Amino acid sequence: MNFLQMIIPLNITKTISDWIYSIMPETAASYTIMVVIAVAYLALFAVAGLYLVLLERKVAAWFQLRIGPNRVGPWGLLQTMADALKLVSKELTSTTKIDKFLYNLAPYFVIVAALMAMAVFPFSKQFQAFDINIGVFFLIAISSIGVIGILLAGWSSNNKFALIGAMRSGLQTISYELSVGLSILTMVLLTGTLQLSEIIEAQRTGGWLILQGHIPSVIAFMIFMIAGTAETNRAPFDLVEAESELGAGFHTEYSGMKFAYFFLAEFINMFIISSIAVVLFFGGWLSPFGITENIAWFPEVIWFLIKVLGLIFLMMWFRWTFPRLRVDQLLTLEWKYLLPLNLMNLMLMAIVIWLNWTI
Amino acid sequence: MSYFSDIYKGIKTLLTGMSVTGGYFIRARKGAITQQYPDNRETLKMFDRFRGEVVMPHNADNRHYCTGCQACEIACPNGSIEIIWDRVVDPETGKKKKEIDKHIYHLAMCTMCGLCIEACPTNAIVWAQNYENSVYDRSKLTKILNQPGSSVLDGIED
Ligand code: SF4
Ligand code: SF4
Repeated sequence: MNFLQMIIPLNITKTISDWIYSIMPETAASYTIMVVIAVAYLALFAVAGLYLVLLERKVAAWFQLRIGPNRVGPWGLLQTMADALKLVSKELTSTTKIDKFLYNLAPYFVIVAALMAMAVFPFSKQFQAFDINIGVFFLIAISSIGVIGILLAGWSSNNKFALIGAMRSGLQTISYELSVGLSILTMVLLTGTLQLSEIIEAQRTGGWLILQGHIPSVIAFMIFMIAGTAETNRAPFDLVEAESELGAGFHTEYSGMKFAYFFLAEFINMFIISSIAVVLFFGGWLSPFGITENIAWFPEVIWFLIKVLGLIFLMMWFRWTFPRLRVDQLLTLEWKYLLPLNLMNLMLMAIVIWLNWTI
Repeated sequence: MSYFSDIYKGIKTLLTGMSVTGGYFIRARKGAITQQYPDNRETLKMFDRFRGEVVMPHNADNRHYCTGCQACEIACPNGSIEIIWDRVVDPETGKKKKEIDKHIYHLAMCTMCGLCIEACPTNAIVWAQNYENSVYDRSKLTKILNQPGSSVLDGIED
């Protein structure tokens, strides 16, 4: 039993924090704990990001009837580790006409924004670094900071392809941010709170929000997934990179570790979008039908990860199915379809709640 | 009203696309088209349409179908085929006729366009499916397609 309790992160963190408080004064201890948590998250998501890259490559291979990475380690499991090692050891090249300061700053903007968002996610009941009462709002705000990094990268590279890519990214994020925000707002109408842990608690009794809100919830979910894919700049919305038109888009001039930051940030962003969707629509770490609710030692984080992986798979499915949109099609989709639908859906949700039609 | 039917059609076609790729995803484990080449060297067999090199098949009696008409030599856009031919007297009819001495094929220059094979009136040359064509000396890539001592099958000219 003691061993099993160790799996639940609360007990580990509690032991560690007790130990740290016992050996140093209070302020120093709290700062140390912050640093420890930050480092733990950093390590965790660097590895998670690497394995998402591997997953993407495997999934892509299967969609195209290939085998995928299978040489490095058993079933190719160490492939992305090897790739990361290669990227770390590579020379950082750059052109002479770059804006040095902004050029070096840009990758950090992107990766830091991605990692900051991780802080508020409730992976399980106890496993949440930072539970603020405006959690959802914080997430939307943070997830749009990343675009500044992309704009900076494009601008400071002094390369027209990079600049075009960055401008497209700005345009795309500004447009689709609206849809992400409005579809989240639709769900917030239902829960009445912005705090992520409370949103999940609201689903413990009434069922997942996608069931509670039935039709408007499903519409909101679809819009959120479309807009979320656009937010992460992934295909079919990868105009920012658009290999066939722009070389590599905004990160054309980056190499080595700086490139790896952009690459990793894309996958962490995908994780973030899926996590928001899981919290808002699929009950976060709650088990389906409460099947493991009474099993005290069961790590609820597993449910969270299963659901997130499911949605990540959905986004990969999008990527390997749909062709890339043109810029005008991108804007038509947002302003003529998603936005009006979203506003209608918001009204519908309000009516549903007003008339008490929720399940 | 076409606004909503457009949305409906859009979603429907997207879902159709996703079901197609989803089907591939599920079948991928069984029907992967990747050949793990050096590992399956013994069993790997190339597909019929694969163009390895031009060869001239011979039957058991060492006879081939090539009449020496040179149509392939003319058809080849980069001169990969050279035919050295002779005029011999047919002992039966007493007529003079063309006969190949050497059908020389430069694999190093060939672009695998297949024009020679299409041009051949008697289907004397075909594609082989071999794929390990690297050698250490490029002179090895100049091949003589007709085997030594071979001759054309009777009655092919007619
Ligand atoms: S395949 Fe094309 S290039 Fe090669 S020998 Fe025939 S005609 Fe010439
Ligand atoms: S290979 Fe065919 S085309 Fe070429 S000389 Fe012989 S019969 Fe004529």
